[in-house]
Amino acid sequence: MSALLSLHDVWVEYGDKIVLERVSLDIAARSFVSVVGPSGAGKSTFLRLILGQEAPTRGEVLLDGKPLRRECDADRGVVFQRYSVFPHLTALQNVMFGRECEQAPVTGRLFGSRRRAAIAEAEAMLEAVGLEHSRHVYPAQMSGGMQQRLAIAQALIKHPRILLLDEPFGALDPGIRLDMHALVTRLWRERGLTIVMVTHDIREAFKLSTRVLAFDKRRHDPHAPHRFGSTATYDVPLDRKADDAAGTVADQPGPAIAPATALSLSNEEAE
Amino acid sequence: MTRIVNIRPSRGAAILAGVLPIAALVLVYIFASEARHAANPADKVLPTLSAMADAMLRLATTVDPTTGRITLISDTIASLCRLGLGLAIATATSLVLGLILGIVPLARATLGPIVTMIAVIPPIAVLPILFIALGLGEASKIALIAIGIAPYMTRDLAAYVAGLPVEQFVKAQTLGANSWQLAIRVALPQLMPKLIEALRFSMGPAWVFLIAAEAVASDMGLGYRIFLVRRYLAMDIILPYVAWISLLAIAADAILLFVSRRGFPWAHGGAR
Repeated sequence: MSALLSLHDVWVEYGDKIVLERVSLDIAARSFVSVVGPSGAGKSTFLRLILGQEAPTRGEVLLDGKPLRRECDADRGVVFQRYSVFPHLTALQNVMFGRECEQAPVTGRLFGSRRRAAIAEAEAMLEAVGLEHSRHVYPAQMSGGMQQRLAIAQALIKHPRILLLDEPFGALDPGIRLDMHALVTRLWRERGLTIVMVTHDIREAFKLSTRVLAFDKRRHDPHAPHRFGSTATYDVPLDRKADDAAGTVADQPGPAIAPATALSLSNEEAE
Repeated sequence: MTRIVNIRPSRGAAILAGVLPIAALVLVYIFASEARHAANPADKVLPTLSAMADAMLRLATTVDPTTGRITLISDTIASLCRLGLGLAIATATSLVLGLILGIVPLARATLGPIVTMIAVIPPIAVLPILFIALGLGEASKIALIAIGIAPYMTRDLAAYVAGLPVEQFVKAQTLGANSWQLAIRVALPQLMPKLIEALRFSMGPAWVFLIAAEAVASDMGLGYRIFLVRRYLAMDIILPYVAWISLLAIAADAILLFVSRRGFPWAHGGAR
């Protein structure tokens, strides 16, 4: 198992307050990791850490064995719950944005044959997420589900080493959410993506992932609750395989180990 | 019973309701003017509509022998040139500064305090300084307009850029955008409709500064004319000039709104 991303004894502190403590884990390439946990358990901090929006106070985060800079970069793509797409660009322009930034550092725009190539690539990407009929539509005219599809297409055009999803389906209604599950699963399989997803929905986490991380505080000090940080209290590997082409999302079998057993197992492991 | 906050007039009714107060104002004026003229046929304070029309027709068609120009047209051109140049300078300055202040924290730390400091100075208080430093010509009037509105617009635009969702900037960075691309591809296009809005709101103060500057030292311009004929109590010129200025202001506002709707449909929720 090759670790794409490694965290070694990572701590995140804001002044007096400890958010994350002693987080050590490896994330393998092509895995689909879900992060669950109560509000304030540092799920989003964990994501921002991988994204480079935040730096660990102690410890290190390695991507492909190299320490991450404290800056977002093109090797990690992201889809947020909201505001992931640019409101002033059409769907096609949103998807082309990554190519244009890469190939036109000064003007930020492409012309001629390079522009045509970028358009063709962006159109293929829109088709992959089912937005081929909305290429000239602005995000404000799209439904929430379409906007998230667009955000995914926009991120994938850069072929990121890791795709980070921050509660990507939290604002969608249940039917649309199922469609999005199918889409993400298909893209993950077809393109061999590595995905880290933060979610509130535990069922979603178990349905989609190859591995579920639960973040919470191990220790509580009632007099100084902010002095203990969260960490990955449960680390549940599931048997969902990236190359398991037969299984569709609709009739995906549940995890081979019942969650309760898995939790107690990994709990013992962790102690 | 329907609450008054829930009664919405139809389009026609709304137009009618909007016209009524204006018509009432005009009517009140006509009656007051009639009453004063009945008492004193030579009254100058509330001239009749026909007297105003005559005066304006004279100013708009006959060439003034002392200047060789048609007064209304030369006044309008002079004022609009000053206003346009002042607004252009203020717009360009505030766009660049607002963009930089909004997206570069280092620039905000460096330039933020001085912009705030300049913004709280009452511009009219600076007018004597401008007259002394730049002379009584066009430069000081244009400078007053620019100095009067640029700091306000800068702060407005910087706050808008800083208030754009941080997710957008993070996303753009994960798509490989550098600082320059963040400025011109993410912040600038979204700033443009806001710039036009800030400009629309700055038009009022800009007219105030223009007329103040023209009133103090000038030989041409709408504000100059009003303050000049005030000496002769020439309300038949002052009132139409004020109406003309209002008309110009309304037209400028409408043009800016049209440009914004046409150029940035995504900001007005419309289709392409």
